[in-house]
Amino acid sequence: MIPAHDVPAGAHWSLALRAGRVLRLTALDDGAVCSTLLFAHRDPVDRLNVPDTLKAQMSARITPPMVLMSDRGAALASVTGSSLDWHDCLTGHSLDRHLDRHAAVSGPSSYATDRNDWRRSARAGLLSELRKHGRGPADLHACVNLFAKVAIGPDGGLTFVPDHAHAGDWVTLRAEQDLLLVLSTAPHPLDPAWAPGAVRAEVEAGAPYGPDDPSVTFRPESARALANAAAVLA
Amino acid sequence: MTTLSLPLVPSPLLESDAVLDVVVQAGDGFLGRVPAGGSFRIVDLHGNQAADTLFYDAADVTHRYSAVDTIREQGSVYLTAGSTLLSQQLEPLVTVTADTCGRHDTLGGACAQESNVVRYGMHTRHQHACRETFLRYGAAAGIGARELAPNVNFFMNVPLTPDGGLSFADGLSAPGRYVEVRAERDVLVLISNCPQLNNPCNGWDPTPVRLLGWWA
Repeated sequence: MIPAHDVPAGAHWSLALRAGRVLRLTALDDGAVCSTLLFAHRDPVDRLNVPDTLKAQMSARITPPMVLMSDRGAALASVTGSSLDWHDCLTGHSLDRHLDRHAAVSGPSSYATDRNDWRRSARAGLLSELRKHGRGPADLHACVNLFAKVAIGPDGGLTFVPDHAHAGDWVTLRAEQDLLLVLSTAPHPLDPAWAPGAVRAEVEAGAPYGPDDPSVTFRPESARALANAAAVLA
Repeated sequence: MTTLSLPLVPSPLLESDAVLDVVVQAGDGFLGRVPAGGSFRIVDLHGNQAADTLFYDAADVTHRYSAVDTIREQGSVYLTAGSTLLSQQLEPLVTVTADTCGRHDTLGGACAQESNVVRYGMHTRHQHACRETFLRYGAAAGIGARELAPNVNFFMNVPLTPDGGLSFADGLSAPGRYVEVRAERDVLVLISNCPQLNNPCNGWDPTPVRLLGWWA
């Protein structure tokens, strides 16, 4: 296990997480976002499948006690708890192009002028982190934007909700198989402001769970994905 | 669901002028190239048939359609006439130029043998599924599992609600309705004519679709 690790605002990070352990992410600043990619650690291709996760659990958001599911129909992680009832998974992460609006407001940003506060997109950070693991652009997939909410209108319109997460808000993810998590704390691409927040990551031991676990009893689909995760290596 | 007021935009292109005219049988697939500026139409011949579709830059199959980037940039979860389908680098791949259905899903993904097990149980593990078709037809272009991504479900109705709900509903489509896109660069179109039997996405009865193309 690791000691608590603080991911600075606007930075990127990755973590290999052993099956059964629980990752607790806590927003250290108001407005923090954690754009998160999930992979099966021992599988070259299996990764988070947002559409399958949503349709199997009849949801357009990520909220406890949902199970995050992979292309192979196996649970990657269970969202065992959160102080927030909505984590966005529909709107992707920021690209360099989204930095233009911040440059228009605040002027250009570079390492030369801003040192480690240099504004970088989530895409740049996620790709950098993916490459450390021998992965690249083909491994990008629809992410979960932990701590972010994008509201859905009755006509399907999307509206970024500012002021959703505050310092102290948290979410816990229980690894249902060995995982690789790759994440960025750059602002959400629909956030008009450049006000990234830091996120604390803590790994907890976790505990065995039984058939009464809220993620198991949530829906039959959730239970089947959890059973599939237990059978990943027969 | 027909009470919804949706924009219907017919195409001026004539079937008799098409250079591509093929029928994709229920449960079958298609891989084809549409040159920049060309138009490509999918016709729901019998109604309520989901056409699971992916678009790729013809020069680079890792440069693929991105559902989340597309819906974020257009500010709406549904695809309809005027929607520009973007790659994961925010480059336009195709634009929806005509649509007589009204709106289309891009968040429900494709069915797979593996996700069928999750949704319906182990007895569906060996039923035909879109992901199989994507992999079978995509192989000729070098499209493998890592190149697959959340797709477009033309003619499929997956309503999202303000309280964060999502469901698969009866289709908005009907026999003869179509959607047409214009290629914004040379693109590959990969289609699985969905074989799903376990939910209403194909009206419980998968049927053929017709593909038409116009280009020089």
